[in-house]
Amino acid sequence: MTFSLQAAVVERGFDVALSLGPTETVAVMGPNGAGKSTLFSVIAGLLRPDSGRAELNGRTLFHLADGERTWTAPHHRGTALLAQEPLLFPHLSVLDNVAFGPRSTGTVRHLAISRAMHWLAEVEASDLAARRPEELSGGQAQRVAVARALAADPGLLLLDEPMAALDIHSAPLLRRLLKRVLTGRQAIIITHDVLDALMLADRVVILEGGRIVEEGPARKVLERPRSAFAAGLAGLNFVPGTSAGTGILTSGGRHIAGHSEDPIPAGRPAAAAFPPSAVSVFLDDAHGSPRNSFTVRITDLEPHGDLIRVRAGGLAADVTPAASADLGLLPGLTVHFVVKAAAVSVYETWQNLSDGARTPEVPAET
Amino acid sequence: MTRPRKLPALLLAAVLTASLAGCAGKGTAANGSNGTLAVFAAASLKSSFTDIAERFEARHPGIAVALSFAGSADLAAQISQGAPADVFASADARNMAKLQDAGLLDGEARNFATNTLAIAVPPGNPAGINSFADLANSGTRLVACARQVPCGAAAASVAEKTGITLRPVSEENSVTDVLGKVISGEADAGLVYATDVRSAGGRVDSVPFPEAAGAVNAYPVAALAGGGNIAAARDFVDFVSGPEGQEILAAAGFGPGAT
Amino acid sequence: MTGHQAYTGIPRWLYGLAALAALVVVLPLAAMAARVNWANFLPLVTSEPALAALGLSLRTSVASAGLCVVLGVPLAVVLARGRFPLSGLLRSLVLLPLVLPPVVGGIALLYTFGRQGLLGGTLEVLGLRIAFSTTAVILAQTFVALPFLVVSLEGALRTGGQRYEAVAATLGASPGTVFRRVTVPLVLPGLASGAVLSFARSLGEFGATLTFAGSLQGVTRTLPLEIYLQRETDPDAAVALSLVLVAVAVAVVALAYRRPARPAGNKATTRPTAAAGPGGGVT
Repeated sequence: MTFSLQAAVVERGFDVALSLGPTETVAVMGPNGAGKSTLFSVIAGLLRPDSGRAELNGRTLFHLADGERTWTAPHHRGTALLAQEPLLFPHLSVLDNVAFGPRSTGTVRHLAISRAMHWLAEVEASDLAARRPEELSGGQAQRVAVARALAADPGLLLLDEPMAALDIHSAPLLRRLLKRVLTGRQAIIITHDVLDALMLADRVVILEGGRIVEEGPARKVLERPRSAFAAGLAGLNFVPGTSAGTGILTSGGRHIAGHSEDPIPAGRPAAAAFPPSAVSVFLDDAHGSPRNSFTVRITDLEPHGDLIRVRAGGLAADVTPAASADLGLLPGLTVHFVVKAAAVSVYETWQNLSDGARTPEVPAET
Repeated sequence: MTRPRKLPALLLAAVLTASLAGCAGKGTAANGSNGTLAVFAAASLKSSFTDIAERFEARHPGIAVALSFAGSADLAAQISQGAPADVFASADARNMAKLQDAGLLDGEARNFATNTLAIAVPPGNPAGINSFADLANSGTRLVACARQVPCGAAAASVAEKTGITLRPVSEENSVTDVLGKVISGEADAGLVYATDVRSAGGRVDSVPFPEAAGAVNAYPVAALAGGGNIAAARDFVDFVSGPEGQEILAAAGFGPGAT
Repeated sequence: MTGHQAYTGIPRWLYGLAALAALVVVLPLAAMAARVNWANFLPLVTSEPALAALGLSLRTSVASAGLCVVLGVPLAVVLARGRFPLSGLLRSLVLLPLVLPPVVGGIALLYTFGRQGLLGGTLEVLGLRIAFSTTAVILAQTFVALPFLVVSLEGALRTGGQRYEAVAATLGASPGTVFRRVTVPLVLPGLASGAVLSFARSLGEFGATLTFAGSLQGVTRTLPLEIYLQRETDPDAAVALSLVLVAVAVAVVALAYRRPARPAGNKATTRPTAAAGPGGGVT
């Protein structure tokens, strides 16, 4: 009971290999245009890749290679898609919407209805059964959409930013619901929200430019990001370089002092990461050996919770509004960002993606 | 970016201007104030009146004849609605009478030609029609004019006199429509005028029938009181009735005008 | 309603031109209505030929609107969704009758279904005679009315997008099920307007019918042909019948463009995209 995929869409520069364990939920994150939607379209059978192969629970979804033209139509794949918008069929009642999947696959009406009722109860929407989709709130509609997807008994559930269109009151409810129903299933969830990744996913995959740039358990990816995108998600300052002593050497030749849990041999790809809260802002160059100081020009000031986030030179620092006022911080002003070496985490960034991302049972063929 | 956006507007403006100018141009030309004579004639007169107008212009330098051909009922309606015409030549007495009653004629109308019915059949006469009675054969697809138009009235009158019941598959509004259906081979036979058969050339064969003499259709012509060129209009009416006009009409298959 | 919308974004002079445009359409109709001989109106429109023509017009228009639905829905779906070479060319060709003079359509039909036409010989062998029959009227009407249905339905299909269909497919619905249970119900308002418009266009069809089908009371002489014929001798009857046709057309257009009070919150377009009205072929 597994899912494996390897697919390339040349026109979109898309080339991804991904596999899921029998009950695994994977969060796919990445900037806009990274290929997340392409990934889902390929899996669901809405887009035909130029080459590749995918299998779900022992069945071939597609196998496109020299001399191989196996293609399973979308409705035979068992890959139910839940989009950002609920897309409930407006001409059907809530109950008929949920019963749509079973009815379409030939289940007799009363069995389909009872299955629909079961899943409506599962998403706590039994009382909505007789309503029309237009009579539902956004959160209710999305819950019904979840029930509809699950009622189709998919081998793999594809969730495309299911929380994105919901208001802040509905999102937590749906997130809890998904947490419950995704347990024990194979699912892929596209999200921009770190919380979704942490709460719903066993593993995070970062997609950038049509390729997987990073993957691993959600916590590990967020604590030790290996890409600027993952660092951004985690809210960390991220400086890539090569290991040198207890710190790193950037490509510009600058040394950043930090600490690493395990000693790293010199010259390995490594990164330094530190939270904006650990950064102090000075108008003068400060001194002291355990400190890293960066002379930067302020680009932006923006509110960040109770604090002010100062963005400068690709780095961020959080200061109190009072401190910001005292220092007279303004965009364009040159300041010094100072961070203690003890607050800078240094780790190796070299990662053999083909070990984790490419599955052994799917030969890479492009 | 601006050019494609402006283009439709420019085109529209050009079309509007051109169409307005066109209308205005026609109006003045037909008024006859600058030596033009507007002649409204029944559609069946098209080829003969085109020739007559040419000959008339040659005899009357300085006068240009502007011809307008349509169904007689259409033309009569246009004239009574104030269309600028100097001469009206109708294919039947009824439409001329309408204008006479409305006081739109300059004097009396004059019959200048007659037309008799003929049977038109596709070349080779595939259905083997040899007489008026054959038109009533079962399986013969006959197309005639509707009773409401002159050729249909003539056909009905012949049928009545001969006691033959015609069952046309279609009753058309004009001889042109009847002829078209014979030429295309859809119909086995059509009841049209002798002149229509002649003008169709070799595209239809003619089956003459003696009963046609019982329903001769007279064509009246008259100068119009409201025209801007009454003298020239009277000349034209005389010319049509005169030897040169009659010669051309006879060549087209018309009979002489009743006197 | 709360308060009045204060800003419309319409320059004042636009109202003048708009009024002029409305006059261009409304004034001739009003002028015609003013000429109606009301004293004789009822006898004129209930004469035997008039009733025969009206009955024939309604019967054939229903039939051709039905034919338009049966043939037009697949065509619109294929044009809106299908990916095949020359689909743009096919669309242009199919929409041609919208701008073609109906008489040209009649000639084209004649050379297709006529005795000497492309299919005429074959049909004759099969014992089917199209020319001068009511079937010819329906064919002529379908020829001119089909684009109305295709245009309005294709618009609805494009506006609606394919997202519902994609979701339905991932839920396990075969293309046939998706078409039946999702696509068609979603575009039903567009389909209804399209059907009504094609009915109206059929009702007004004149040129192609006259050229292709002929004119015989009760068989091929539809209301527009009857009007054309009556005009030769009895303008009062022609005007009265024209008014009947205008009334039917107004009712049909009102039906097609009414603000729908639908129970379902359907996001698919409910308005036909074809802005053309019916009756284009009436003289």
